[in-house]
Amino acid sequence: MTRRALAPALALALALALALAPSLAHAQTVVVWHAYGEHEAAGLTAAAHAWEAEHPGAHVDLVASPFGAYASRLRTAVPTGHGPDLFIDAHNRLATYVSERIVVPFGDADTSDFDDEVVRALELEDEQHARQLWGAPLSVKCLVLFVWDDLAGGPLVDLESIAARRTQLPEDTVPLVWELGSSYATAGMFHAYGSALLDADGAFVADDDAGRAALTEIARLETDGVVPPETTNDLVRDLFRAHRAMAAVSGPWLVLDLADQTGWHVQPLPRVQAAHDAPIVPYATIEAAMIPARAHEPELARSLATFLASRAGSVLRAREGGHVVASRSAWTDPALAGDRTLLGFHEAASTALPMPSHPHMDVVFGPMDRALHNVLRGDATPAGALEQAAHRFADETRPAPAPRDPTIAIVFVSSTLVLVLLLALSRLRNPELRAAMVRSMPAYAWVSHAFLAVLALVVVPLVVGAGTSFFAGHPDLHYVGLANYEDILTNRGGGLFDHGSFWLVLPVTVLWTVVNVSLHIALGVGLALLLHRPTVKLRTFARVLLVVPWAVPSYVTALAWRGMFHRQLGAINAILALFGVEPVSWFAQFSTAFAANVTTNVWLGFPFMMVVTLGALTSIPKDLYEAADLDGATAMQKLTRITLPMLAPALLPAVAMGAVWTFNMFNVVFLVSAGEPDGTTEILVSEAYRWAFTRGHQIGYAAAYSVLIFVILVGLTRLLPRERARSAT
Amino acid sequence: MKARVLVDVVVHVVIALAIVFALYPVLWVVALAFSPGVTPEARALPVPDGFSLEHFTAVLGRTDDAGHWVFGSQLASSGIISVFTALVAIVIATPAAYGLSRFDFVGKRASLAAMLATQMFPGVAASVPLYLLLDALDLLDTRTGLILVYATTAVPFAIFQLRGAFDAIPKELEEAAMVDGATRLVAFVRVVLPAARPAIAVTALFAFIQAWNEFALAATFLTREDLYTLPILLQSYASEHDANLGHFAAGAILVSVPVMALFYFLERELVTGLTEGGVKG
Repeated sequence: MTRRALAPALALALALALALAPSLAHAQTVVVWHAYGEHEAAGLTAAAHAWEAEHPGAHVDLVASPFGAYASRLRTAVPTGHGPDLFIDAHNRLATYVSERIVVPFGDADTSDFDDEVVRALELEDEQHARQLWGAPLSVKCLVLFVWDDLAGGPLVDLESIAARRTQLPEDTVPLVWELGSSYATAGMFHAYGSALLDADGAFVADDDAGRAALTEIARLETDGVVPPETTNDLVRDLFRAHRAMAAVSGPWLVLDLADQTGWHVQPLPRVQAAHDAPIVPYATIEAAMIPARAHEPELARSLATFLASRAGSVLRAREGGHVVASRSAWTDPALAGDRTLLGFHEAASTALPMPSHPHMDVVFGPMDRALHNVLRGDATPAGALEQAAHRFADETRPAPAPRDPTIAIVFVSSTLVLVLLLALSRLRNPELRAAMVRSMPAYAWVSHAFLAVLALVVVPLVVGAGTSFFAGHPDLHYVGLANYEDILTNRGGGLFDHGSFWLVLPVTVLWTVVNVSLHIALGVGLALLLHRPTVKLRTFARVLLVVPWAVPSYVTALAWRGMFHRQLGAINAILALFGVEPVSWFAQFSTAFAANVTTNVWLGFPFMMVVTLGALTSIPKDLYEAADLDGATAMQKLTRITLPMLAPALLPAVAMGAVWTFNMFNVVFLVSAGEPDGTTEILVSEAYRWAFTRGHQIGYAAAYSVLIFVILVGLTRLLPRERARSAT
Repeated sequence: MKARVLVDVVVHVVIALAIVFALYPVLWVVALAFSPGVTPEARALPVPDGFSLEHFTAVLGRTDDAGHWVFGSQLASSGIISVFTALVAIVIATPAAYGLSRFDFVGKRASLAAMLATQMFPGVAASVPLYLLLDALDLLDTRTGLILVYATTAVPFAIFQLRGAFDAIPKELEEAAMVDGATRLVAFVRVVLPAARPAIAVTALFAFIQAWNEFALAATFLTREDLYTLPILLQSYASEHDANLGHFAAGAILVSVPVMALFYFLERELVTGLTEGGVKG
């Protein structure tokens, strides 16, 4: 090597070293996933920094994951080796994660600093039935009673004394806000009466005498005017914040909304005299740091988790992020011992009941919420509602269909494939077809890349997904033949037109599609024609404003619409009140709930139709109109003879697509009516998503639903005469 | 003459009513975004409860652990992903739509039916296979992977949309150019594409908006915070228990502004397309 070459070589070596340096540092990075909001994340960050200071060379990468996608992200990323080194989640999902092999045992740890129930909640049997600890306990969350000191005027020890204050409160102030329609929020009442939602083995046990008594008492809170009707999570926050509720049942998250106010305190939930003075015992969720399978740095992760759970880490998390930490010794720290609110949460947490860690816990809330809603609306008796809930719970947790012998399917599929192949080959022998194919070559040059791309990235995943419809079981799938389809079409042994049956949801879905698409076309085309008139002032401005519903993300505006349909706080009822109409409970009956969904979806969808129409209008040749003018055609004639026929070819694909999209529009149904009342406004696709995500992850069952939806849509579009007419041209 | 004035008045009133309908729910979001507090009162008019920019400054000024500007990086990420989604979708779909409009070929009907079929299949069970596919291609946690998925998802609709537009353009246009010695490709680029500009603009806008607002796939395929798109940021303000609706509303408005701006500019494009394009060509 000459001297002249040395300098560049050195520079190259330096550059290489620099390029490698980050990857060396990367080897010491601990990736932590959490679903905390900003405030709680600050506590985690502070503790992670303290750990980094003790471990030079190690770096913590905290990744905030959106709450809604957290579990599904773990499910896909961990088994393929793309997961984190550590993740923070509530203990009640642990059983599911253990069964899915997403989490590994935490290993031996000193647990003397934690309450026994907390540690026990994180201990489960592994596949060899050996009891293991699966995480480091970080915090304990539960519901508490928030109280305005001035309104209460004294201690609120039981529900009865809260109810008794009603007469002494100012006129527009209620004694208590509590989300009575949520079974998570009201589970404590069942415990007070000696019942529960689930027992330790995951069996539904709320439909006993005690459960019925609890449900009766919950409903009475509303009928007696102690809790306002249709209290949602938002109403709890808003009324309490505005000093218009004396007390609120809520969790640590409410503190952030009260940060700028004083004069309130938190205490454990009250007792119930009617239940032999037993306390309302809420569910506790224990947040723990867990180590996923295939972590890259399990040892560092364990060290970090241990620190986060330790006294030092806990004090930092509590101080900076308001965590109600599980570490007992942390509470002797002067900063924590002086924080009245945190202490209130801590006191409540120590008497709360850890949620049973059973995969059925995810399932039980759905049927129970419906039971609560039905009783609160007066549509069902407590006994009837609980019986129905038990039935639904059994339905949603039913064992997977027995495995079937796949031989027949394999023989069938492979022989069909061979047959198709043979048929194709014999057709290829046909010289006419060959000649036609040769003639088609120039066309293939224009289209093949698009078909290949769509085939690889759209069709293949859909077909593979459809294939799961022949499988069932959780977490390991087994072949069940057509059992999923049989179950759907026979309503799993229930009556064919019983609640939630495919045969009942299908007509609702068709009605939903027809009403929506008709209104989309009427509104979209009508407005486009009006806007196209040359005499309209500020046309561009109007067009931009009219497209606003399309520009704002639909999950935001769907939530805004839901808020507008709220019985007490909603703008729609406020507008109706101007005309002297009594407030409407929009989600209490099918007709109004369906109308609310349709209004939202029409609002979301008409701009698209309008823009497509505007685009199509621009391509109608002007001389057609000029010729019509010469012939003395009226405006109406020009509309029906020129404009509409010329629009049709451009609009038909948009209408067909719009119909298909509306058929599969689960966002609005999920966010606006949420299926209320009692699941009647669900459409097929929202049922499919519920089976896939909230009803025990029955992915094969959901896939069968989607195949049926596909078959129905193909059938329906075949009925349309225009497709045949079009493809004939 | 009088009847004409009356019709004009009615037309303007109807458009004004439609604008009120379109804006009303959004104005509630705006009111929420500018309100420092929440007054639990049923009101017919969406007026903010006081005036404050605190939610906007909080969303815009958020920094992560390392001091990086969160909103900026997610805006950039969303922008890159959405722009390239629109570009890739148009580049893939335009020639295919043209081919479908102008040629008859073996397998045409089957492939059209397949394109339509992709729109009918709910994706409820497809996200896991798609994840495994991206993993195999080593495209997880990359913008490229998400762009490919979004673009190919947008292609079938884009093809239908553009094919309709090409059908409406007379064949004589490019045939005249081809008589003058241009190849079909040149005729396509020089004659057909300009005439189809409005339709291409609308189709591109559609692909852009779809990518811009998509949440579920982005949240599953992107696990690095510097790659997150804006909907993920937005969702973090609406999590079940740690919700901040003021921030959520402010974020929603910030996310919508670029789309509105884009439509405003494409709107002009549509108008110029009106005068330049069409049969005159």
